[in-house]
Amino acid sequence: MSKVYETVIGLEVHVELATKTKIFCGCSTEFGGAPNTHTCPVCTGMPGSLPVLNKGVVEKAIAVGLATNCTITQNCKFDRKNYFYPDNPQNYQISQLYYPICRNGKVEIEVNGQKKEIGIHEIHMEEDAGKLVHDACDGASLVDYNRSGVPLIEIVSEPDMRSAEEVIAYLDKLRLIIQYLGASDCKLNEGSMRADVNLSVCEVGAKEFGTRTEMKNLNSFKAIARAIENERERQIALIEDGKEVVQETRRWDDTKGYSYAMRSKEDAQDYRYFPDPDLVSIQISDAWIEEIRGKQPELRAEKQARYKEEYDIPEYDIDILTSSKKMADLFEETIALGAAPKKVSNWLMVETMRLLKEHEMEADELAFSATNLAKLIQLVESKAINGTVAKEVFEKVFAEDIDPEKYVEEHGLKTVNDEGALRKVVEEVIAANPQSVADYRNGKEKAIGFLVGQTMKAMKGKADPGSVNQMLKELL
Amino acid sequence: MTIADETIDYIGILAKLELSDEEKEQAKKDMSTMLEYVSKLNELDTEGVDPMSHTFDVHNVFREDIVTNGDDRANMILNAPESKDGCYKVPKTFG
Repeated sequence: MSKVYETVIGLEVHVELATKTKIFCGCSTEFGGAPNTHTCPVCTGMPGSLPVLNKGVVEKAIAVGLATNCTITQNCKFDRKNYFYPDNPQNYQISQLYYPICRNGKVEIEVNGQKKEIGIHEIHMEEDAGKLVHDACDGASLVDYNRSGVPLIEIVSEPDMRSAEEVIAYLDKLRLIIQYLGASDCKLNEGSMRADVNLSVCEVGAKEFGTRTEMKNLNSFKAIARAIENERERQIALIEDGKEVVQETRRWDDTKGYSYAMRSKEDAQDYRYFPDPDLVSIQISDAWIEEIRGKQPELRAEKQARYKEEYDIPEYDIDILTSSKKMADLFEETIALGAAPKKVSNWLMVETMRLLKEHEMEADELAFSATNLAKLIQLVESKAINGTVAKEVFEKVFAEDIDPEKYVEEHGLKTVNDEGALRKVVEEVIAANPQSVADYRNGKEKAIGFLVGQTMKAMKGKADPGSVNQMLKELL
Repeated sequence: MTIADETIDYIGILAKLELSDEEKEQAKKDMSTMLEYVSKLNELDTEGVDPMSHTFDVHNVFREDIVTNGDDRANMILNAPESKDGCYKVPKTFG
């Protein structure tokens, strides 16, 4: 009989904090600047330069710790992690080993209706590294230190997850908590959230976990799920063959669908951590913690409860509207501009979701403004445009955030409310379709649908179907 | 205090230094002298004394999260032995 294996997974999640400046210097963290334009002696590791800690980093790390039920380490310090690599100009990374800022937290996840707690071992603060670009023509590497010194928190979970579904539920939970806090935008594809997967397998019921590997370079939820499945199979195959799983760091290649060992065993992995003598300790008072707790914004669960009470919309809709901070913000901002909650919810739930899917986009990438959505809703409510035209205009709003009032005006899309003009067209349609007219008069109610359609076509879509219907009935 | 050959080899790997046999012997001697000198501290009774990571009794030295540095690339790049396209040029390295 074949053995039954259990997968044991723990995660190390790096999140880039949304501060304006780097962790130890006054350089901008803005994304996309020309290489090395956001650098100074501190973040390029020049001898004699001294780091000074960004207070915002500490506050954001505490906020994430509180929202994930951690204990805050009230006397915490930074340590140096020593290694040589060109993206690390100091030859050490300033990180936290001995006194991480947060410890012993947990978050609750739900998979297939089953609730489960995932423990958080610790959260520590550290600095990001620079970026290496390989220069093919010179056979050299080029380094850009704009990312060097950008603040990160690393959230280390307990090995509490047993499947890819649980891993994704956990990551989604973290992403939402951190986005709602405004501590980071948490984009996996842009690298502001990165997950390393520690995975081992053991027989169900075994007393000890198996040897684990660490998987890097996972840039999407799909890649994470695929890498977990692949690594589980690889380890089981080794064990079944009577071989040993080697504790190592592996790199996932998502296009090829396999992983390979990044470092050979011979390479020394000895970071020689020691307290950083350039930085003094951080004393976090109860008052400071309470001040941060007091400023904590409304998190998802609270928002869901409030939507239910205030807006009277279905729970399913609330779940989707709050599944991204961006979407929830758009929803609330559009309502604040005077649009009816149900109408806003409909536009977001139906057309927005459809277009997101069509363009393979995430809700976080929505780029249109509440102002233009509110204007569009107003145009429909005042019957200035009909539903079909509104959908067309919305596609433009979605893609380019155009001003719908202007667009409708410029493209002559307004519904013709001129009764005389409409009557004329309806009379023409009646005259041109004697068969349908006869059908309708003989009690075939459905025939009117065809006549409405013909009228709308003649009006180039710029009529209100309700009014057309009414006028047809009147004239027949 | 004697330093084992393996220790010197290991430290050489960590420091990315290729040492000749003579250099290894010299390094063993130097390191041994240093460790003996520092080992004097082991004679102190540190029972009940908290580990210290800084000589000054100061804490919470912060900066506000405000951008103070502009683009100083032209000057920064002067620190590089070689550069190209505004980047530091280094021997080929794979991540």
